[in-house]
Amino acid sequence: MEEVKLHYDVNAYDFTCAGEASGKLKRSLKDLGFDASLVRNVAIAVYEAEINMVIHAEGGIIDATITPECITVVLADKGPGIPDVELAMKEGYSTAPENVRSLGFGAGMGLPNIKKYTDEMTIDTEIGVGTTITLKIYNK
Amino acid sequence: MNTVFHSVSLDKDKCLGCMNCIKRCPTQAIRVRRGKATIISERCIDCGECIRICPHHAKSAMSDPLSVIEGYKYKIALPAPSLYGQFNNLDDVNYVLTALLEIGFDSVFEVAKGAEIVSDATRKMLKTQDLIKPVISTACPAVIRLIRVRYPELIDNLITLKTPMDESARLARIEAKEKTGLSDEEIGVFFITPCPAKITAIKSPLAADHTDVNGAIAISEVYPLLVQKMDKLEPERLLSLEQSGKIGVGWAASGGEASASLTEKYIAADGIENVIKILEEVEDEKLSDIEFIELNACTGGCVGGCLTVANNFVAKTRLSALKKYLPISCNHIEADIPKELGWDYPLEPLSVLKLADNVTDSMKLMNQVSEMVKSFPGLDCGTCGAPTCRALAEDIVRGYASVDDCIFRIKNEMAASTELKDNDIDKLIPVPFRGIDEEKLKWT
Repeated sequence: MEEVKLHYDVNAYDFTCAGEASGKLKRSLKDLGFDASLVRNVAIAVYEAEINMVIHAEGGIIDATITPECITVVLADKGPGIPDVELAMKEGYSTAPENVRSLGFGAGMGLPNIKKYTDEMTIDTEIGVGTTITLKIYNK
Repeated sequence: MNTVFHSVSLDKDKCLGCMNCIKRCPTQAIRVRRGKATIISERCIDCGECIRICPHHAKSAMSDPLSVIEGYKYKIALPAPSLYGQFNNLDDVNYVLTALLEIGFDSVFEVAKGAEIVSDATRKMLKTQDLIKPVISTACPAVIRLIRVRYPELIDNLITLKTPMDESARLARIEAKEKTGLSDEEIGVFFITPCPAKITAIKSPLAADHTDVNGAIAISEVYPLLVQKMDKLEPERLLSLEQSGKIGVGWAASGGEASASLTEKYIAADGIENVIKILEEVEDEKLSDIEFIELNACTGGCVGGCLTVANNFVAKTRLSALKKYLPISCNHIEADIPKELGWDYPLEPLSVLKLADNVTDSMKLMNQVSEMVKSFPGLDCGTCGAPTCRALAEDIVRGYASVDDCIFRIKNEMAASTELKDNDIDKLIPVPFRGIDEEKLKWT
């Protein structure tokens, strides 16, 4: 089956480039002719996850695998890991430092929003090793 | 049908085939072919960026000459409010309006009047209707066309109102018919335009069956004629024709329309790159707390149109001075929003940027494009005639260009097919494209 693979690197603490990867992914999905609402859902979810990488995880990599049926996005970092995933999934819970919050980020809606805009979301995390988030959005 | 006509045209004799316009075009609609720029018609949004950037003045807008008004018994001028910002030391708009009569028009109808009516309709709709937020203005036709080709899902955010020009033309016609008893065919309505996008909007209306405007004359064409008349205009001959206030005149510059929406949660962005940035944010639902967005393709708003004469920043300052003693607004909608002010039918998206008709075919092409891009140097030098290496790769997979259009590929082929060494080939091509020679990297 035909598939398109796209890869992006995300730099830590680089807010000038934050959103570039999700933006490029969005453009590619549009060029491929995917439905606008699917493109928007992917863009919003991946943007949130990308910002998380910039703020918490010292950067990382994003790999998207696109088939006509499903968009799978794997975001892997070598950051500190998430100590309590259940708590992190709570709306409004945030560990973002003040300097990041003052930029308008870190409202504690990141993970809940990612879940909201995707069909499947799995989090593999280990303290001191890193976090891998896998997102699936189906083309209905 | 809407895609066929464009007001931006090319003078092939003046075009040198340089890279300026292909780099500037926001929809990547221009390629250089056989030494001349060519416009990909379905991608062009008539924004005028190429007209502005072309150092050889090879690009121009097909506006009507003033003589076109001679074909009508009763001639009405519709001056865009941006016209008022063109004149130095102007303290009374009536000088401009009276001078328009002296250069051959029978009456004037300010587009600023139509603008105040559109502003009133916008306020009413924001207050009483459940619109998708943020609501996006439909005043700039280049922005509407950009949304249609690049952000089709945002069509639902557009306010479904016609432009101040259209509304002014409609009202001017009704007035003229009552006053003169003439038929529609005998009355000519002409927009005095700051930009080519408005010319296209007249020849090929968006979301409308027809327009009441017969033609568009560039501000730059009437400007010298008006200055001559205005210089000789004694105060006693001055007619009191002005019928608009701060709001209407304010539409000429960026922020005027948005502030007239009387919501504090508005954004006014101008300049095509800034417009694109805001549309990206709307698309990602990052601006859902914003009520209204005014977007102008030209920097500074309509005063920055490429058919104006004055510097856009200077014009904006002049307009502020002119507005100072005007009433807030002179035109309102008494009852319901007139039916004719709304769109005649919904705007259809124009998907010209996607690679193929279905996702599977598009994916095949995208993979080919990605492979091909790897074989290009990634300099986006433009010597192939496309704005970027990626654009060339897309042209190739679509069948419009060849890999041999890249001079770097040619260099590699020369190396493979001849006895020449890399160093010898380097000597045959321009310095920026040669291999690195540390010795010669110094400027001195």
